[in-house]
Amino acid sequence: MTNKAIEVINLVKKYGQLAAVNDISFDVGQGEIFGFLGPNGAGKTTTIKILCTLARPSSGQAAVSGFDVVHQQRQVRESIGLVFQDPSLDEKLSGIQNLRFHAMIYDVPSKVRGQRIEQVLNMVELWDRRNNKVTSYSGGMKRRLELARGLLHNPKVLFLDEPTLGLDPQTRNRIWEYITGLQKREGTTIFLTTHYMDEAEKANRIAIIDNGKIVAIDTPTKLKEMVGKDIITIRTDDNAKAAEEITSRYQLETRADNNELIFEKAGGEEFLPAFIKEFNTEILSISLRRPSLDDVFLKLTGHEIRQEQASGSFKEMAKRFGRNMGH
Amino acid sequence: MRNLRAVYIIWYRDILRFWHDRMRMMGAITMPLLFLFIFGSGLSASMGLNNTAINYIDFMFPGIIGMTVLTSALMGGTSLVWDKEFGFLKEVLVAPVSRASVATGKVLGSATIALIPGLIIMIFAPIIGVDFSVITVLKLLPLMFLLAVSVSSMGILLATRMKSMEAFQMIMQLLMMPMIFLSGVFFPLKGLPAWLNFLTKVNPASYGVAPIREVVLGKDMSAPFSINLFGHTMTLWENVAIVAVFGVVMIALAMWSFSHQE
Ligand SMILES: Nc1ncnc2c1ncn2[C@@H]1O[C@H](COP(=O)(O)OP(=O)(O)O)[C@@H](O)[C@H]1O
Ligand SMILES: [Mg+2]
Repeated sequence: MTNKAIEVINLVKKYGQLAAVNDISFDVGQGEIFGFLGPNGAGKTTTIKILCTLARPSSGQAAVSGFDVVHQQRQVRESIGLVFQDPSLDEKLSGIQNLRFHAMIYDVPSKVRGQRIEQVLNMVELWDRRNNKVTSYSGGMKRRLELARGLLHNPKVLFLDEPTLGLDPQTRNRIWEYITGLQKREGTTIFLTTHYMDEAEKANRIAIIDNGKIVAIDTPTKLKEMVGKDIITIRTDDNAKAAEEITSRYQLETRADNNELIFEKAGGEEFLPAFIKEFNTEILSISLRRPSLDDVFLKLTGHEIRQEQASGSFKEMAKRFGRNMGH
Repeated sequence: MRNLRAVYIIWYRDILRFWHDRMRMMGAITMPLLFLFIFGSGLSASMGLNNTAINYIDFMFPGIIGMTVLTSALMGGTSLVWDKEFGFLKEVLVAPVSRASVATGKVLGSATIALIPGLIIMIFAPIIGVDFSVITVLKLLPLMFLLAVSVSSMGILLATRMKSMEAFQMIMQLLMMPMIFLSGVFFPLKGLPAWLNFLTKVNPASYGVAPIREVVLGKDMSAPFSINLFGHTMTLWENVAIVAVFGVVMIALAMWSFSHQE
């Protein structure tokens, strides 16, 4: 075996006719933050489940920390930490009781148990609330507790399935600080899934996954270079006329979005000053942005990542929050 | 060693949860207490067991203890279905411990918790006028625990196969009533029609209730109520053996079922 943290070769997982994961291969180096980016139903959770020994692959191979996920389940489980997409805390117990359970079942030596628990709880800033029942925690606090729990036994590889789903921006940033801090301090390999583009940007490398297939793997920068051109958005007092002018003068395609016109141009920063000077239609506003992973995704798959069915994502949210209520 | 620790921590968590939620136990003892007081006050005289020298309430009381343990033990599977519904089970299943130890921890937790309402019912013995010594309690404990472990294993086994709480509770209701009524709690398993007789003999609960009654009433007094299997009068130890074998089969199936779920 190589010294890769994760190795996946021609992995397939079928549910009846549906190939939730359809022949994917990739590897993740030690200490890397690797992101799995894709819309709902792309197969992200299924991949994590296989890597964490919770589901068996239909075919193909996968190894974590050099251990086969089918034949060396015990060793795989010993080397990983996991934050599930759906809640997985015992809400009837307190924060610290949840962590004690975890420490015992993962065989954290009793001498360092108390100290480790204090350390991770301090890291996610929950030490003061340790004796409160989890029911009284907010969604963000629960997520942080799950993260603390995933780290408690010092895993070599940490899996985070949509770690920031449904959280407010402030909590999302906090969680990201922990994640990057962890990589720096402990050299932990982190495999995370997300369907937030801005989050995927923070990974060292990302795989874009759609319909069970990986469509691209690279660093965020390299992926964005695939789109290459800058994206210019203008608003004018006559968009139809402006569109015609852009097409005839610069041979560029435009696309209307609400009351704006969007077009792409390489070297946009140099292009803009001249463009503004010589453009005949009156410009009300103009903006230029670098291509984002949204644009990469659109280019690679032909559809937008946010195009997920509203009902599906609503259900997912309802599930998360519904569970936090009452009981 | 590691798996033993896992059994312990899984057991301990269920006890802890039970303790946080101990008022729920009221549900487990209301029914048995209702039976005791209805039958214990007056009604019992009119329902005396013919041709025996024994009071109905004295006959029924040990049965009620068995019934209480049985009901709670069967419902012990609820904790596993909750764990599934609330997602906590994933935390357990991904841990580096054997599935067999997870099943064992769950069974022992359920069995321990099932003992408590049984013990509470015993406190009512003096109030109802049933003779009960500390020695009797000590002798009963292992019998009750064995019954609790066996029935809990069955509850946990069923729970591993259930996807929702609704489904689990429906199955439990379906099982519970016949198991209780055909176990000799309320009437001796004698002189029944052939089909009823058959059902009482295949009901594992019958063999759990009989030894409890024998210990409470004494060998002589309970002799008229002993179970007759294929013309053979079952002794206390034979009954215990049947409950134990049933328990071993159930727990083995529960372990297997645990290892074969995704
Ligand atoms: N246990 C299952 N049984 C049947 N289909 C499933 C199961 N789990 C996931 N799927 C399907 O597999 C596809 C991928 O799901 P998932 O891996 O959860 O996607 P993601 O995590 O990227 O949103 C979806 O179409 C989903 O409906
Ligand atoms: Mg998912």
